[in-house]
Amino acid sequence: MRPMTTLGISAILLLLQNGAAAHAQATAAALLKKGFLQCGVNTGLAGFSQPDSHGEWRGLDVDLCRAVGAALFGDARKVRYTPLTAQQRFTALQSGEVDILARNTTWTIARDTGLGLNFVGVNYYDGQGFMLPKKRNVKSATQLNGAAVCVQPGTTTELNLADYFRAKSMKFKPVVIEKMEEVLNAYFAGRCDVYTTDVSGLIAARASRAANPGDHVILPEVISKEPLGPAVRHGDDQWFDAVKWSLFAMIDAEELGLTSKNIDQHAKSANPVIQRFVGATGEFGKMLGLDKRWAHNIIKQVGNYGESFERHLTPLGVERGINKLWNQGGLMYAPPLR
Amino acid sequence: MLGHLDPAKAGAGLSQFTGAFLGPRLRPFVYQVLLAAALCLGIWYLVSNAAQNLFELGIAAGFGFLSREAGFAIGETTLLSYSAADTYLRAIVVGFLNTVRAATLAIVCATVLGVVIGLARLSTNWLVAKATAGYVEVLRNVPLVVQLFFWYALITESLPGPADALHPFPGIFISNRGLVFPILKLAPVNGWLVAVIVLALIITVAWILRPSSTPTSRDKRVGIPIALAGGLAAMLFVSASAGIELDYPAFSGFNFSGGGSLSPEFTALFLGLTLYTAAFIAEIVRAGILAVDRGQFEAAYSLGLTQRQVMRFIILPQALRVILPPLTSQYMNCTKNSSLAVAIGYPDLVSVANTTINQTGQAVEGIAIIMLVYLSISLAISAFMNWYNRRFALQGSRR
Repeated sequence: MRPMTTLGISAILLLLQNGAAAHAQATAAALLKKGFLQCGVNTGLAGFSQPDSHGEWRGLDVDLCRAVGAALFGDARKVRYTPLTAQQRFTALQSGEVDILARNTTWTIARDTGLGLNFVGVNYYDGQGFMLPKKRNVKSATQLNGAAVCVQPGTTTELNLADYFRAKSMKFKPVVIEKMEEVLNAYFAGRCDVYTTDVSGLIAARASRAANPGDHVILPEVISKEPLGPAVRHGDDQWFDAVKWSLFAMIDAEELGLTSKNIDQHAKSANPVIQRFVGATGEFGKMLGLDKRWAHNIIKQVGNYGESFERHLTPLGVERGINKLWNQGGLMYAPPLR
Repeated sequence: MLGHLDPAKAGAGLSQFTGAFLGPRLRPFVYQVLLAAALCLGIWYLVSNAAQNLFELGIAAGFGFLSREAGFAIGETTLLSYSAADTYLRAIVVGFLNTVRAATLAIVCATVLGVVIGLARLSTNWLVAKATAGYVEVLRNVPLVVQLFFWYALITESLPGPADALHPFPGIFISNRGLVFPILKLAPVNGWLVAVIVLALIITVAWILRPSSTPTSRDKRVGIPIALAGGLAAMLFVSASAGIELDYPAFSGFNFSGGGSLSPEFTALFLGLTLYTAAFIAEIVRAGILAVDRGQFEAAYSLGLTQRQVMRFIILPQALRVILPPLTSQYMNCTKNSSLAVAIGYPDLVSVANTTINQTGQAVEGIAIIMLVYLSISLAISAFMNWYNRRFALQGSRR
C-alpha cells in the first residue's frame, strides 16, 4: 500500500476511534476473542524481520511477536504481521492497526512520552554507523565532508546524522528514501557515497544485498546509542506487562540455561527457580492475565534470547558484543521471575 | 386556556404555520440549515473525539510543534535556504516550494509536449500518427510510480559516478549525482531584480501570444507589447551584466561543489510527471480538435486560408472550449501526482510532512496541513483555469 494511504487511514482511525483508552484496557481479552495478534514489523531487514523463502516472517523482532503469541494463545503461530516503513510505524500503533510494534525502533524520550508509546524493554543494543565502498579509502567518519548520504526518513538515524555533521562543522547531502529496498538500491547504485543506519542494519544490508560484501567497509565510529525495543500503546498496563515479561522471560531463560530443546526435561527438576519459571509453582501467569504455562510455552516454541540471536543474527556475521548477558560482560539483564 | 380555543381556528393556524414552514420558499432553506447543522455536529464529533483520544493516549496535540527545531536535513531546496537548525514550519515551506517547482515545470512542459503529440496523432503521415498513438497508449497505461522508479533507476544505475562524470561541454558534468552546470552568480539585490523582470517578460510574451478569434484584432495590439518585451529584455541584460560572474562547478572530495545542479530525484520526477501527463493532455487536445465540426474546416479552407491559419484562427479557438475543462483536471492531477516523489526520495511537501509527522507524532495535524496545502493549490489552479475558460466561452453561454 502507498505510504500516504496507510498514513491517511491511520489518521482517520485516530479520528474515529471511540474512547481509545476504554478499549485499550482490555487488549489481551480483545485479542483472545479475535484469535490472533497483530504485530508491526520492518518491511524487510535481514536478522530482525524478513519473510523467508516460504513467506514466513523470521528474525529477532519477529521472535518477540511469536513469544507474545505463545504466552497469550499458547501458540506462537497465532501472529499476523504488518510490515511498516519507518514513517508509518508510530501512527499504526497509535491508531490500533497493530497491537505491538517490534520494528527495530530506538527508545527515546520523545517517543516514550510525546508519541503515546510505552517501550517494554530493549531486545537489541545498537548504535549508528556509516558504510561506504572500500575503494573510497576512507578510514574515519571525520573524512566524510561533502558526501552524499543515503538515509531513511522518520528515523533517529536521520536526526543523529544531521547532529553529527553539524557538531563537526561538515557538510553532507542527504538522499532520503522511505523504503529500505529503494534506499539500498540507491546506495549500491552509487547514488550516494555513504549509507548510514544502525550498525546491525549495515551488517545485515552488506551480508544480504551487496554483490560482494567484502567491497564495503563499516567505519569505526559509532555516533549514537540506539537501544532497540518493542513498544505498545499507552493506556493498557496489563498488556504492557504481558509484552514486557515475554521479553524478560526469553532473557531470563538464557540465564537459567533453559532452551527450546531442554525445557520439557528441566520442567521436571526440583530447582525452585525453574519450577516458578515453568509455572509449576507461583501464580505469575494469572498475575499477568496469561496462562500459567506462559513462559514455558515461549521457550518451548520460540526459544530463549540467545537461541533467537544465534538463529537470526549470527549467520549474518553479527557478534553478540554488548548484547551478551550481563553475567558474560554484556548489557542483557532482565528482572527475575519471582 | 386551551379549552377556549376554537379547534377549527387552531387547526387553520397550524396548517398555515406548517405551510409557511415547509412551503416552496422556505423548505430548501430549512433543509440547508439542517444539513449544515448535521455537518457541524459531525465535524465537532470527529474533532472532540480525536482530541479526547489523543489526550487519553498521551499524544501531544496542536500546532505548537511548527516553531520547534526540525533537526533533520533536506536534500534540495527551492528559493528558500534551509538547515537542520531551522523550524518544522520552514521545513514544510521548503517542501511546499519543492512541490510547486516540480509541478509547475511539469505542467508547462507537459502542456507543450501534449499539444504537439495531440496534433501529431491527427497527422496524415502514417508513421507520425502511429508513433504518437503508441506513445500515448504506453505512457498512460503504465502506473506513474513504476515510471518514476524506471527513470530513477535509469539515471542512478546507468550513469557513471561523479569522479568519472560525463563532460560534454566545459563546466557541464553528467553523473549519477545529477546534472551540474555553471550558473550566473548575482548579488542578492540583482537576483531579485532579475526575477521580477523575468516575470514581467513572461507575462508580456504570454499577452502577445494570447489566442484570439480574429486575425485583425491581433495585428492591432501587437506593436506596443513587443516594444515592451524588448525593453524588458534589454533591462534584464543590463541589470544582470552589472554584477555578472560565472560560478563553475568543480569536483572535490566526494561531490561537485559550486554551480547549479539538477538532482537525479528531481530529474526523474520531472521526466516521469511530464511524459505521463503529456499523454493525457495529447488525448484531450485530439478530442478537442475532433470535436470541431467538419464544416468549420471546409468553410475556412474555402475562404482561402492556409492550413496554419485555419488551425490558428478557426479550429484551435473552438477546440480550446472543449479542451480547457479536462485540461484543468489534468493540471490538478499532475500537482497531486507529484506527491509520488516520496518514493524516489525527492523532498516534496508530502515527504517533509511525513518526516515531521514521524518525528513529532502529530499525524492528525500533519495530514491536515498536507490536505490543506493540496486543496489550496488545486483551488488556485481551478480558479485560474476557470477565469481563462470564461474568456473563451461562447458569449451567449456565459453564466
